[in-house]
Amino acid sequence: MIERTPMLNVLTHLILLMGVAIMAVPLWLAFVAATHDLTTVNTAPVEVWPGPHLRENMTEAWVRSDFGTKFVNTFIVAIGVVAGKILLAAITAFSIVFFDYRGRMLIFWLIFITLMLPLEVRIVPTYAVAANALQPFQVIMDWTGISWLIRTLTGIEVTLNWNLLNSYTGLILPLVATATGTFLYRQFFMTIPDELVEAAKMDGAGPLRFLRDILIPLSVTNMAALATIMFVYSWNQYLWPLLIITDRANYGLVVVELSDLIPDQLTTGGGTPTWHLAMAATLMVMVPPILVVILMQRWFVRGLINTDK
Amino acid sequence: MRRAYFKTSWIAAALVAPQLLIIFVFFYWPSAQAVYWAFTLEQPWGGGNTWVGLQNFRNILSDPYYWNSVRASFLFAFGSTALAMGMALILALFADRQLRGYKAYRLAVIWPYAIAAPAVGLAFRFIFAPGAGLFSYLNTLYPGLWDPSVSGTQALLMVTIAGAWKLVSYNFIFFLAALQSIPRSLTEAAAMDGASVMRRMRDIQLPLMAPTFFFILVINITDSFTDSFGIVDTLTGGGPARATDLMVYKIYSDGFRGFDYSGAAAQSIILMGLVIALTFVQFRYVERRVHYT
Repeated sequence: MIERTPMLNVLTHLILLMGVAIMAVPLWLAFVAATHDLTTVNTAPVEVWPGPHLRENMTEAWVRSDFGTKFVNTFIVAIGVVAGKILLAAITAFSIVFFDYRGRMLIFWLIFITLMLPLEVRIVPTYAVAANALQPFQVIMDWTGISWLIRTLTGIEVTLNWNLLNSYTGLILPLVATATGTFLYRQFFMTIPDELVEAAKMDGAGPLRFLRDILIPLSVTNMAALATIMFVYSWNQYLWPLLIITDRANYGLVVVELSDLIPDQLTTGGGTPTWHLAMAATLMVMVPPILVVILMQRWFVRGLINTDK
Repeated sequence: MRRAYFKTSWIAAALVAPQLLIIFVFFYWPSAQAVYWAFTLEQPWGGGNTWVGLQNFRNILSDPYYWNSVRASFLFAFGSTALAMGMALILALFADRQLRGYKAYRLAVIWPYAIAAPAVGLAFRFIFAPGAGLFSYLNTLYPGLWDPSVSGTQALLMVTIAGAWKLVSYNFIFFLAALQSIPRSLTEAAAMDGASVMRRMRDIQLPLMAPTFFFILVINITDSFTDSFGIVDTLTGGGPARATDLMVYKIYSDGFRGFDYSGAAAQSIILMGLVIALTFVQFRYVERRVHYT
């Protein structure tokens, strides 16, 4: 750009091409495997050019894993997480930034701490909560004697029970319970000038009106950024749905389905590994988040950089 | 604090309530529960808890399988972090020269970020499959040379490579953003003084990237410790002979396959401690980051 460096430019291109190759070769080989039949896939050396069987492999993988329902489910969960996250993040950040009340900073820190421990680390007790989401309140009521009070007063035994296993709610809520989006919104709200708030107040707008008519329209790019990363994040969830969904036929998600396609002793019964089907399914599962990243590249990069501080 | 704000406090309370409720139920309660379980012995299907103090921790810390899992996790975390950061750094430095095709290169490195961990695991399982994948050729020459379902070292290497591959895109995005926030005038001034491209990388760009570098370092290590489940489960299932039984995977298998809630909780507490320690390290560097830029 500044000086002429023909040799270095060639080297630069070589290095970058090598990097692109390292990133692309695994996926290319997966794609090629999905286009061959069983015997070709399992003959060494590995195939490097696509064969004619892509379509039938995809159809078979689709039917075998019953991908129709599962894609719909995955979309429902992904959209639920995106919408829930944006809504919660916006209103929480709004309350923290635009109101003045005691405990504001405490709430801020309570939410901030949730960034530290990912779901995987506290997976066993979170699962227990999902089996009965009202269990915390039950325990609190038992401890404080409220259940006893109700029992003696009315004779009703209080048993709170809300099972989230095998439900969309169970898939969505724990994924929403983190602070990522809240901070993106907080950062954005901090840049709103005081004058804008004053002007809105002077014109007689209440807080909700201000949020709806001024802040939300201003934060559209913010929303797009958050939506892209949350979509990818929730689409790719694996451990959580693996645990709480036992009714795979109705609530199964596509990514979890991949674990059943591993061609090992369990699935092939010692037969030839069905790599062509496994790779065809892998390709289909990859497509939606990849499309989101490619088509919304600009917002995605911005969202990623801003949410992680 | 802002100069102008609203005062209707019931609205403010109503707006934060949903989020507080959700994080209470799905974050604070389970975290507290983990602590409680770690110090008590619980029967998996009810039956009450008995306080056992540090017994669960003693059991774990005297368990050779646990130390095996810790060792594998550290090798995995540092191995994949080093590989991923090295590669992303080199690619970002050269991509930032913005020669022809810059946008295509950038997209080609970024888009694998969208791929789910189990999909990465499955794809790499195929690539490293002894009979079908990339290394099958080696096995036709020397039968049995490459077989990660038998060799623990090869299995761990395979998991590390897959984990690193998955991190490259993320690191690249951050490194490139850091490079692009360096003022052009600085690079141009250095060029005027006769500093070559490589010299500028070494003496200007790399030092100015230091804060991002440390940030990514901590994030990568934390991520490798906590987010390895999808890759391990589809790639090796923890085997062979526990060679890839990483900490998160062991928590899962002890808790949900072995129904040892207390043992899994104690392991969770240790892992939480590790993650929190790493986060504190990160805060120190995040503060330094502010001074740099």
